[in-house]
Amino acid sequence: MTLLEVTGIDKTFGKLTALNNAAFTVHKNEFHGLIGPNGSGKSTLMKCVAGAENPTKGRVSFSGVDITRFSPAERARAGMSLKFQITNVLPALTLYDNVLLALQAKLSLVSLVFSRSRSTLHDRVMNMLEQFRLADRAYQPAAVLSHGQQQWLEIAMALAGEPKLLLLDEPTGGMSYEERRVTGELLRPIKDSCSLIIVEHDLDFIRDICDRLTVLDQGSVICSGTVQEIQASSKVKEVYLRRA
Amino acid sequence: MSHQSTDKAAATLGPQVVELPTRRTKDLALSESRRILPALEISMFIVAVLVPLLLQDYVTVFATRVLILCLFALSFDLVWGYAGILSLGQSLFFGMAGYGVALLSRDFNISSIFVVFPVGALIGFVASLLLAGFLLLGRHPSSIVFVSLGTMTGAYAADRLAGGSSYLGGQNGIPSIQLMTIGPYELNEGSTFYYLALGILVFVYLLSRFLLRSQFGLALAGLRENEYRIGFFGYKAQHLKAVIFAISGAIAGMAGSLYAFHEGFVGTNVLGVVMSTQVVLYVLFGGSGTLVGAIIGTIVIEALSFWLSNSFQDVWPIILGVLLLLVIMFRPAGLVSLLLSERERVGTFGRPGKRGKNDTA
Ligand SMILES: Nc1ncnc2c1ncn2[C@@H]1O[C@H](COP(=O)(O)OP(=O)(O)OP(=O)(O)O)[C@@H](O)[C@H]1O
Ligand SMILES: [Mg+2]
Repeated sequence: MTLLEVTGIDKTFGKLTALNNAAFTVHKNEFHGLIGPNGSGKSTLMKCVAGAENPTKGRVSFSGVDITRFSPAERARAGMSLKFQITNVLPALTLYDNVLLALQAKLSLVSLVFSRSRSTLHDRVMNMLEQFRLADRAYQPAAVLSHGQQQWLEIAMALAGEPKLLLLDEPTGGMSYEERRVTGELLRPIKDSCSLIIVEHDLDFIRDICDRLTVLDQGSVICSGTVQEIQASSKVKEVYLRRA
Repeated sequence: MSHQSTDKAAATLGPQVVELPTRRTKDLALSESRRILPALEISMFIVAVLVPLLLQDYVTVFATRVLILCLFALSFDLVWGYAGILSLGQSLFFGMAGYGVALLSRDFNISSIFVVFPVGALIGFVASLLLAGFLLLGRHPSSIVFVSLGTMTGAYAADRLAGGSSYLGGQNGIPSIQLMTIGPYELNEGSTFYYLALGILVFVYLLSRFLLRSQFGLALAGLRENEYRIGFFGYKAQHLKAVIFAISGAIAGMAGSLYAFHEGFVGTNVLGVVMSTQVVLYVLFGGSGTLVGAIIGTIVIEALSFWLSNSFQDVWPIILGVLLLLVIMFRPAGLVSLLLSERERVGTFGRPGKRGKNDTA
């Protein structure tokens, strides 16, 4: 079943064309990789999906609803969740508060004021932190984390709201080999409940966890398909060879 | 096994190794400082209760005015210190409520606290909600410059309008407001009014603390730290802003209505930019983002002005200016940062063993 359908997206920044008629589809419970050389438009495409950028032209539909004009908050409420390429945790708040902040985002103002869900959410916050091996630092400010751990915290926050679609832009940037492996392990189990779009330069990582891939080059999608299909494609080889 | 891998990860990422000792000292500092804030609040309260008993009457009158200004300072601290909205026109809500209740007294002969106080709060609430509609509720987050200039312009315009309106008494304002009444009793300046103001201040303080320590308070912290980011979690940042702005307007309105009755008159100064700036200084000086900081800032600035302005009349504004600059340069978190650790000031919304409790200042 189709979860996300992106059709005919153009995005220009002044004279620069960042995306040119980009289109791809993500199915339910699919892990979808976006790859391509630096500056090919991967982050821009992610932002158009999450609402951080408005496409100049084109359409994004999510669970059958046209969300092209939705604000980021409306998209989040529809079930999307984004981790930006640049980590964006709130350094002054504790890890616990960062996760709780993400978890409670969709509650009504009244239930926030009366803290109705605090004790039920407590277990879920701790559970998320444990999954991401951050529980022992729950009550320290997020600023003390290493870059790799901040990435984990961000993923935990992005997953906290139980999204239908998780968007991760370079989640393993700044991670050691071991941390990367763990990240893969942490992501795999969410497949039962969630689809994933992931941008990564580490192709082994991508091959390892993704079902399908979309390859971007200079703002255009040059091909989309299963990992095997992409590996066999001569077009893709060309792009990557040219880059090397 | 999971432990082993995090340890390994730690070894490859330099900073953590250095971090261990600081982490322990931080935790220590945290547990020690935990007791500072409540102790500070309680001792301030006790001193406040004793003031009219120990000091001369004219000091009590002055202290009453300070308590009312503390209430006003709380209203600014809520929007700037907690939600990151730089309202440079906070006097608009203070002054409008002041004028509103002054008119109630002049034209309708109404001075009962049970009417004027809620009306003052309502005026502040509605006015700030309307202003929020213009300044905060666009589709895109409005810039801090836009909001601060917008609110400031509002205060400036109100000052000029009131000054030019003969209905509002022009530059002279509205003099000789009746005494406020509670049932058959008239509230003179002095210890009764003082305790009334203190009671209201304590009530609003506790209510604000409840609000800020709730999950709503955490949402506000997110708003202040990174408004753009929390939109992607699903927060409607504009709604959060409008709500806290309106609450703060209501508190400013309460302060304004008390002020009008306590002083016995209102003039355009209660609406103007000078009043707005003054409240910003109180809060920055004491420490924004902590309720107690707003109170301390107001008391210290007003008390210094009270006692020193007589002896150093000419140079007093300069001394005050330099003092403020020094604090803002060397203690950007305000006077309160001399007493409270950063963690205690920022607070947390959950911690081990005490589920659902926290300690936002
Ligand atoms: N806000 C912006 N303003 C102007 N140009 C932009 C903006 N964002 C992206 N671009 C340009 O659009 C093009 C695509 O950028 P994008 O960040 O999407 O690439 P990317 O594939 O994510 O690259 P990387 O692998 O380096 O992260 C680049 O040429 C970039 O300079
Ligand atoms: Mg990118």
